[in-house]
Parts: sequence; C-alpha cells; structure tokens
Amino acid sequence: MFISNTAENEKEMLQKIGISSVKDLFKDISPDLLYPALNLPPALTEQALHAHIKELAAKNTKMLNFIGAGCEEHFIPSAVNALSQRGEFLTAYTPYQAEASQGTLQTIYEFQSSICALFGMEVCSASHYDGATALAEACAAAQRVNNRKKILYSAALHPHYKEVLHTYLKNVPEISLQEVPLKNGITDGEKLKELLTDDTACFAAAGPNFLGQLEPMAEWSALAHEAGALFVAVVHPLGLGILQTPGEYGADFAVAEGQCLGNAMHFGGPGLGIFTCKQAYVRQVPGRIVGIAKDKKGQRSFVLTLQAREQHIRREKAASNICSNQALCALNALIYLTLLGPQGIQEVASLNVAHAHELKDLLLQDGHKVKFDGPFYNEFVLELNRPACEVIEKLAAQGISAGFDLGRVCESLKNCLLVCVTETKTKQDLQTYVNALRGC
Amino acid sequence: MQENSQHNVLSIEKSVPGRRALRFEKAEKAANAYLPTQFLREKAPRLPEMSELDIVRHFTNLSRLNYCLDSHFYPLGSCTMKYNPKAYDVLSNLDGFASLHPFAPQVAAQGTLELLYNLQELLKEITGLACFTLQPAAGAHGELTGILTAKAYFQAKGQHQRTEVIVPDTAHGTNPATSHMAGYQVVNIKSGADGCVDKEALQKALSDKTAVVMLTIPNTVGLFEKDICEIADMVHKAGALLYMDGANFNALIGVAKPASFGVDMMHLNLHKTFAAPHGGGGPGSGPVGVAAHLAEFLPKPLVEKKDGLFVFNENMPHSLGKMKTFYGNLAVCLRAYCFLRQYDADTLRQVAQQAVLNANYVRVALKEYFPAFFDRVCMHECVLTLQKEKMNGIRTADIAKRLLDYGFYAPTIYFPLIVPEAMMIEPTETENKESLDRFIEAMKSIFQEIVQNPALVHDAPHQQPVGRIDEVSAAREPNLHW
Repeated sequence: MFISNTAENEKEMLQKIGISSVKDLFKDISPDLLYPALNLPPALTEQALHAHIKELAAKNTKMLNFIGAGCEEHFIPSAVNALSQRGEFLTAYTPYQAEASQGTLQTIYEFQSSICALFGMEVCSASHYDGATALAEACAAAQRVNNRKKILYSAALHPHYKEVLHTYLKNVPEISLQEVPLKNGITDGEKLKELLTDDTACFAAAGPNFLGQLEPMAEWSALAHEAGALFVAVVHPLGLGILQTPGEYGADFAVAEGQCLGNAMHFGGPGLGIFTCKQAYVRQVPGRIVGIAKDKKGQRSFVLTLQAREQHIRREKAASNICSNQALCALNALIYLTLLGPQGIQEVASLNVAHAHELKDLLLQDGHKVKFDGPFYNEFVLELNRPACEVIEKLAAQGISAGFDLGRVCESLKNCLLVCVTETKTKQDLQTYVNALRGC
Repeated sequence: MQENSQHNVLSIEKSVPGRRALRFEKAEKAANAYLPTQFLREKAPRLPEMSELDIVRHFTNLSRLNYCLDSHFYPLGSCTMKYNPKAYDVLSNLDGFASLHPFAPQVAAQGTLELLYNLQELLKEITGLACFTLQPAAGAHGELTGILTAKAYFQAKGQHQRTEVIVPDTAHGTNPATSHMAGYQVVNIKSGADGCVDKEALQKALSDKTAVVMLTIPNTVGLFEKDICEIADMVHKAGALLYMDGANFNALIGVAKPASFGVDMMHLNLHKTFAAPHGGGGPGSGPVGVAAHLAEFLPKPLVEKKDGLFVFNENMPHSLGKMKTFYGNLAVCLRAYCFLRQYDADTLRQVAQQAVLNANYVRVALKEYFPAFFDRVCMHECVLTLQKEKMNGIRTADIAKRLLDYGFYAPTIYFPLIVPEAMMIEPTETENKESLDRFIEAMKSIFQEIVQNPALVHDAPHQQPVGRIDEVSAAREPNLHW
C-alpha cells in the first residue's frame, strides 16, 4: 500500500545486513507467537475506500442543530482549514528541533498570546486535550500550589467535567472533592461561603454554567480568595468576545473548551483544552509552553521552554503525564481568532447573544416557559410540559436536534431542554424550531 | 526573500488599526441590551487587525519554516513518522462526520458509531485483546486510562494494598508520570546488560504490593523482550497486571498479537502506527485494549451493537468513570480506520517487516561511524551512540542540528536515558532504500566533518531560518505572550 521498497530494494538491503530473509529479523520473537492468523477484511483500494467511507458518512443524518452542552456549531471560515491542513503544519511533529520548526513554534506563541489577550490571563499553555481534562489539571495544579486538601466545585459545571474531575483526582491521596449546590440555576452563594474553609484548595465554577446561566464570577472569586483558596474559572472562549474576562475577576486558573474557535464538532473530538493561569503558577502548568529565545546571532526565535515541569525530564515528579496535545486544534483556533480580530469576535459573540435571546422571546410569546430567569449567553433552559426526551424524539423525526435533555443528568429536570443558538441560525431556522415545537 | 526576512515578525506586529478580514452581519441589538454591564468585558482583546490576504501569507510563510513529513525524512525515534495518506485527510473531514454533534440523537449518528465499532473490532483482531475503548485522546492519556482501569479492578477485588507500579529505566517518561498521577508509587528497575528487562531485578521488585508492571514492547532501545512470556508469568504469579505501552507497535503489527505474550492491557497510538498525522504535536488518539476480565472497568461509555443499532453503553457500574468530555478523538480514529481498511492479513504484516528491515539497514550501514549501543538485530528503530574518542568534543545535539542542514529532521536524541549520547532512528515502512541511502550518506559526511572540521558541526545549523537557539535564554525571563 504505502510501502515503498521494491523486491529489488529488499534484496539489496538484506544482502547489506547479511541475512537472507526479512523473517530473520524477528528471531527474538518465539516462533509460536509469530504470524498468527488474522481475520481481516479484504484490502480496499483508495477508490473503494472513498466509496466505503462516504457510505458511512451518509448514515449520519444532517440535523438543524440546537444542541450545545459543551460542543457548539459555529461558522468556520474557509481560510482556517485551508491553512491548517497544509502538510507543513499537519505532518510535522512536536517542535523538538526548534531551528527546523519555527513555523509551528511561532504559531503556538501566537496562540498563547491571543488566548492571554482574550482571557486577560498571564500564562497560556500550548494546549490540553479538552475542557474537562484542562479543568482537572487546573484543580490539581491549584492543589499543588497551596497544598490544601479540599477541592470545591459548582454543581453547575458540565456533568462530564465533574466526572472527569473525579476520575483524575479521586486517586490522589488525601484530596477530597465536594460539590456546592445550586439555587435558581447558579451556584448557591450562601452554601459556598459555608463550604469554603481553611482547608479548601480551590473553588471551580463555570460562567456561563452548564445551564447557560451567567454566574457572578467576580463574587465567587472574591469569596474564594477571602478564604485563602484559589479560584478556577471555566469560561466560554468565544463568549469572551463580550463577556467579562477571568483576568478581570481575578481567576487564578482559567480553562475552557476551545472547539468553538474554528474547530468542527466531529462528534466531540478532537476538542481543544485551553489552560491559562496567573504568572505565579507557571511552574505548575501541565504540558508544553513556547517562549521567545535568542539564536546565536541574537535573532528573536521561538522554543519550547520551562521543560523541567514535563514528564520527559521529571518523570514521576512531573506536573502531568501529558505529551501529545491538540496542537492542530490550537492552530485552528489561532487562525480563527486572527481572522476575526478584536471587532469580529465581538460581532460573533453579540450575534450568539442576540439570536439566543430572539429564540427565547419567540418561545415565550408562544406560551412556553424558561426554567431560570437570570442572564445567559447563548444557551437557556426551556421548561416543557412533558419529558424533554419525548420532544427530542419528535423533533428529531423532522431533522431537528432540539437540545440537550437535562433529564439525563438530573431527574428533577426531566421536563427541561437545554437549547443553544449560535450565529449559524437564521431567523427562518428559529421560526422552524418554534413551529416544530408548536406541532408536538 | 522579502517575506522570508520577515520570518519572525508576529501577527500583532503586522496589525493596523481598523483593518479587517472576516465580517459578520450586525446583531440587531448590542449585547448590553440583553446583559447587565457587570457581565461584560471592559475593552476589546488585543488581537491582530489584518486583511485576509495578510493572514494567509502570514501563516503560509510560517508553515514554510517547518520541516515536515511531507517534505523531509523525519526519523524521529518512537514517534513513527510514517506517511499520512492524503485520502484520509479528505475522508476524515467529510461534512457527514465533521458536523455531527456528540449529543445528536443516536439514530442520527449511526455512521460514526458504526465506524467506531468497526475500528474497535479491527484493533481487537490485531492485538488479540477482548475489548477496546477509543476514548483516550493521546498515548499518555491511554496510559492513564489503562492504569486507572487496573486500579478500579484491584479496588473491586478488595486488593487495596497494591500501591506500586514497576517501570524499567528505559521507559518513556510518560510511564512513571502516569503512575504517579494515578496515585501509585513508582518502582524503577534497571535494565539488564542486553537492554531487556533484568528478570532478577523484576522478581525482587514484584510483591503483593505490585499492581501493574508497565513495559514498552519492543522496548525503547528497539529490542523485543525475548522472554516476554516468562515475564508475564512472573507478573501474574505476583497477582499483578502486565501493561504494554504500545507506542512501538509498528514493529509488531500483523506479525504478533500482544495478547499472546500474556499482556493484560495496552494502549495504541493511532497517530503513530496507524498513519494519522501528528499535527505539530497533536491531536493524537490512544485507544486502550484489555483482556476480558478488565473490560467492565474501562471508562464509560463503550460503543456496542444492539438490535442492529450502534449505541453507547453508559450502564457500566464498575467503570473507572470518564476520561474526557466526549468519546475520543473521532477525526483521528477515522484515519486509523481508513489505514486498517487498506491492508489485509498479508499486507499488514509487510508494514512491520519493512519498518524493521529499514531500521536494520540503517543500523548496519552506519556501524563503523555511529555504532548501535546494543550491537544486534533491532526491531523498528535503532539506537545509535557516539565513539567518544573520535568525536572531537562533538555531541549528539550537534549532530542533530547538522542533520537539519543536510535536509533531514533529527532523530530522537538523549533518549532512552540508559544510552549515552543516544540517537534513536525510526525510518518506518514508508521510506525506501534511496531515501535511507541519502540519510546514511549524510551521516557519514557529518562523521567526516567531525574528524576534519568539528567547528562546522559544533556551530550547526547554518542553513535554517535561525541559528542555534539558546534554550536557556528562554527560561531565564520567560516571555510567553505578546
């Protein structure tokens, strides 16, 4: 298939090595382990492969999508993929040899810079796997900073983020995790005050939260700091085109799912974990960071730096085991942010707010109810008079993904639908949604 | 050349106030009509203001500063930089896959779920393991998944005293780092004089405190653990599990099934053996396969086939939990599936055979110049070292930089740690003899330079956009953003 040596090549090479058969190279493997029977389908030519994969793609149904819940549909400008899919970016690896990797290194530096500007934060890593793993690593890092034992988190974090947080941290000796309950769709401030104690390492909250509601992040940040704890913010990077930044409200760590910045949904992967923090915590950052260096002629150049945090140097004492990251997704995000610029990102974020509120207003006019009345960005909770899963099924039959069924995560919200509206939805799409809901 | 002279100019330095690329329609009402001002940011972020053409040139010119597989031989050991077929780029970006939401109704996602299911079946077949999860996002993430699977298994068995993971000193740094993240004590064992596991050292380290032994097979000096079955028996007799780091699976694909060695669990790197591109550092994908008795502890959900439909099974009461927000890096899995569908039982075997042939050809051809640290047949990569007395003070790092001038990316250097001045060369099966010969000639030529004009090598590279970078200068007062 993609093997390049001819039989003649092979003969010459075997001769050079001084053996008669390639099989002689596998003598360290016991013969009874070698060449097992393999039950594999026939090999496909490229043409047949295209047909097969297209057939599979056609088994997915294109939906008019109103689901968000951690992965969003956004318009991706053509220049994003046209540039990031260049072989020079796509088929290079981690820029260990900096002199022959300045392209990748400079784009990572620009990514870190753009995210720092957008978040108002001082340090950004080269990338992490996704929002959930970035959050877990941020809480672990915060714990290492002050060595306190309890990690508090808001019940309104994405349910999968909570699960990943538990997966990552339940195995670390002496760390405990505790959830702060909700009131009216946001973290209960009174409960938070009670739970913040002198053994609290950090408090993690999302704004907008999983229910779409904006939380008073500045207040939570101040409360955490009063208790001597750190504040870990989960933010919406595209929303930050207009929303208050974690830098403005004093977050110590701010993480996000960056898929919404120029990356396709792809059934949820690859995503883009964004990891930022204050300068003081730079040595707790997991994974790669690029910095400016000088070459021997004194020219500005770019290089992987502060590597003493990383697994290939520190082994079991490393800040994290992360090696491969999501570099190409970070490149997509960088190109996207560069294309938008400071004006464009404000325009897109404003469109998200406006379209989501337009749909909410249309639904209210139609007699529907929303569950929470606080301010929201591009997602809100619609309260139906029957289980959300039934409505989802009915609308799916009409080619509409109605939203995320909150009954999946909370029995008391089983009549609630989490609806997301982005800039991709036209007035006609909104009307289609309203009509479909009217008819069921 | 004019563009090249601008090679290290940042986008923000090309920014001109008021210049625009992309425009959007204007929202009917501004955000502050909907949201109280305390929720809004005070000033716009400092992002570049450029035209679309400026941006296209900026990134195109940056890309040209990279060595990449599409342009250069990239013998980076342990990274398996094989050709990434163009068809897979096109197919993995088909709109039917790319625009699918992870919470879309499962009836609307049958194509993707079927593909994932089929990929799991193929991975089971080539490894002999009973069950696979495609959830992990990278190799190291797969390691963590595997070790946490083992932890959930021992917890279910009530064996809480198993608090140690044994790792040989040749292991990738991710192995000990992973074990530590999972809350285990790391027990390092020395390798034997032949580069393989020292069975006596292993026996001494094994006890009823051992949870897992992590081995890379073939190991990081490029050798197959010839006593692997015996080692697996020792591990199992101690009641522990054998984890195989499958980063080097390209040496074995189609030739041997890890389950037959006695491996209980392993991860694969789809961005290595299975031809998905490395993307300048990721995304990768690190599926984990396990023996039947461990399947119920894998992260949830798993993709299953039920009544003719492909579904996620979330009902896994003993699962270790979730490892990431959504199920796996699908776009990467897609490429691996394409790769596996282009081979059958006979041709898949050729992948490993040609990869091993290429590595041994390089090893033998360079023997007089840069000898292999372990002078014997290797697997898919060879680990070379320096003949110190002939090197005129030149070190491996210098040779790596000089190779760039010859138009080759450098091998992995200074790893594994047990080999002094290591150069780990992995040609992969997609290179041919001519390209290896050019590399071999370059290495010989560098050897001559070291003898005759060591300064040339010492000061390399000479033909890159930048000269040798002083890495220490970056760490002194870190400048990490504009």
